[in-house]
Amino acid sequence: MVSGGVSKFEKARPDATFQKMVKEAFDYTMGDIPRLKPAMIDGSVASYFSDHFTRQLMAGIMATDYLGLCPKPNKRIEGGGATGGLCFQGAWEAVASGRMDVCLAFGFETMSHVQTWKGNEFIALASDVNFDYPVGGFYSGYYAMMVNRHMHEFGTTVEQLAMVSVKNHMNAYDNPYAQKRKRLTIQDVRNSEMVAYPLTLLDICVMSDGAAACVLASEEMAFKLTDRPVKITGVGTGTDMMRMSDRPHGEVILAPNEKKSDYKNLKYPGVHSFRAGRSAGLQAYKMAGITDPLRQIDFVELHDAYTSSEIQTYEDLALCKYGEGGKFVEEGHPFMPQIDYGLKLKTKGTIPVNPSGGLIACGHPVGATGLMQAVFAFWQIQGTIKKHYGSGELQLKKANRGLIHSHAGTGTYVTVSIMERGW
Amino acid sequence: MAKKIDSKTMSSPRRNPAAKLDEVMTGTTVFNIPFPKDLNTLKSMSPIVIKHPYFVEYVHSYGQDSPFFAGLANKKLLGTRCGKCNYTYATPRMHCTKCGKETKWVELPQEGRVHTFTTCYYGSEEFLKDTPFHLVLVEFDGVDTLFLARLIGVEGPEDITIGMKVRAKFRRNSQLKPTDVYFVPVA
Repeated sequence: MVSGGVSKFEKARPDATFQKMVKEAFDYTMGDIPRLKPAMIDGSVASYFSDHFTRQLMAGIMATDYLGLCPKPNKRIEGGGATGGLCFQGAWEAVASGRMDVCLAFGFETMSHVQTWKGNEFIALASDVNFDYPVGGFYSGYYAMMVNRHMHEFGTTVEQLAMVSVKNHMNAYDNPYAQKRKRLTIQDVRNSEMVAYPLTLLDICVMSDGAAACVLASEEMAFKLTDRPVKITGVGTGTDMMRMSDRPHGEVILAPNEKKSDYKNLKYPGVHSFRAGRSAGLQAYKMAGITDPLRQIDFVELHDAYTSSEIQTYEDLALCKYGEGGKFVEEGHPFMPQIDYGLKLKTKGTIPVNPSGGLIACGHPVGATGLMQAVFAFWQIQGTIKKHYGSGELQLKKANRGLIHSHAGTGTYVTVSIMERGW
Repeated sequence: MAKKIDSKTMSSPRRNPAAKLDEVMTGTTVFNIPFPKDLNTLKSMSPIVIKHPYFVEYVHSYGQDSPFFAGLANKKLLGTRCGKCNYTYATPRMHCTKCGKETKWVELPQEGRVHTFTTCYYGSEEFLKDTPFHLVLVEFDGVDTLFLARLIGVEGPEDITIGMKVRAKFRRNSQLKPTDVYFVPVA
């Protein structure tokens, strides 16, 4: 990866169509790497989730022509919430296969074009419309059911969920791209409106308008374009049954740092864990040569559409064992070492998770989200957070290797990509 | 109609500076849009936002899953079982995801347990009118997968526990939707 850009995520951008928002992210991306000229881009991959939000089919080509990238290759990639992560990997594949030397990944979503509850309906159409949607199609309800089972299996608490919200909102305080920059307490999270028990308004990400862009290049080309390229050293993509009710209750897929005896009575994945996340993580770890993720990865940008799914994802990514996700956040491991959260934390900064503020605070314009994570991770590894955020508060001292994680449905598509300092 | 005011609470003024009218999607037809003489000022013009209704009537087939809905209309809860590996699905599928073989229809027990649950206080637009409603994933003895349904007969999440026994009930007037079956607590 040689450059990236993000439009500021907002609740609504009535001043711009999706093409214009993509153009903003693209221009930022190009502006950050003066040696890259549009003529050097061999093609692009478009990322947007729902045709219902755009009310426009083939929106990908409209963004492509707005950027002036015709008649070069372009295609659209779609996979629910993981659309951005899949698009990032699509651009990686284009370069890794040798088809392109330079490939642009761009993504957007315009969710403000319908009212919030209609938006929830559109999102819920990404669940089985014969058996799931008509019963009460509402993603927050699905995730609430999953976390209730997680709490039942492992004793996870609502306060532990709330700590994720406090962390991510507080991190976003210093991220000018974020939609919600708030200083919160655990009580604030618990006292906010109940959406689907036990998840409150502040446990859940919001809908947004926004766009993001990344440029990926071959190793040879990357060093011609920048002195500080970031190398993609591992990619993984996992899948699982669309219907939560169909998830098996079998044996845990073990990470290199786990033993069968760790999980004697656990039926896996059930509805408490994301098998696709585990699968994606292990593929990426194997490719990048990671055997001890907690120690070999410096930071993580993961898909925290819900505070609960962040905790579940710590476990899928083997940052801790299954069942220990609640304790992992309570002890402080995923917090930033340099930020005061107003919480008593035993150990801060073992592996900062969502230093940008994640989806919960940055917003979740679906097609842009996975690419936004790549951009924020790219800046962390480059050490250019201060340049791009205007303040270096969120720059990690050690950010040589990061993990980005994009997640769809109730864990139906999950991507994990490992990004490392390339120079 | 004026709300009845409790005289005891009249002593302290109840003023909410954050009070806000509910947004509605109704509007006015516009016949005249103001336009400046100087084209250079156009970029600072406010965006025009229009309302666009979208209604589609689908002819949606349940295909091979149709017998499930016919079952509900006849107070039967149907699942499927793989003829080869015996894996049993509470939510039917006509081919086994484990071994790829065709499954057969089987009748499920009408009593099961709550595997997990939630109470939704908000929802998608279509279901907002139903809030709060309770969702459960039901597990059945001898069945490998779960079934998503509404639970009624409880007030809030505090009345629902994982493992509690629930019983299927059926709408008399079938809507040919999975909500033709719903669950109630077992006495």
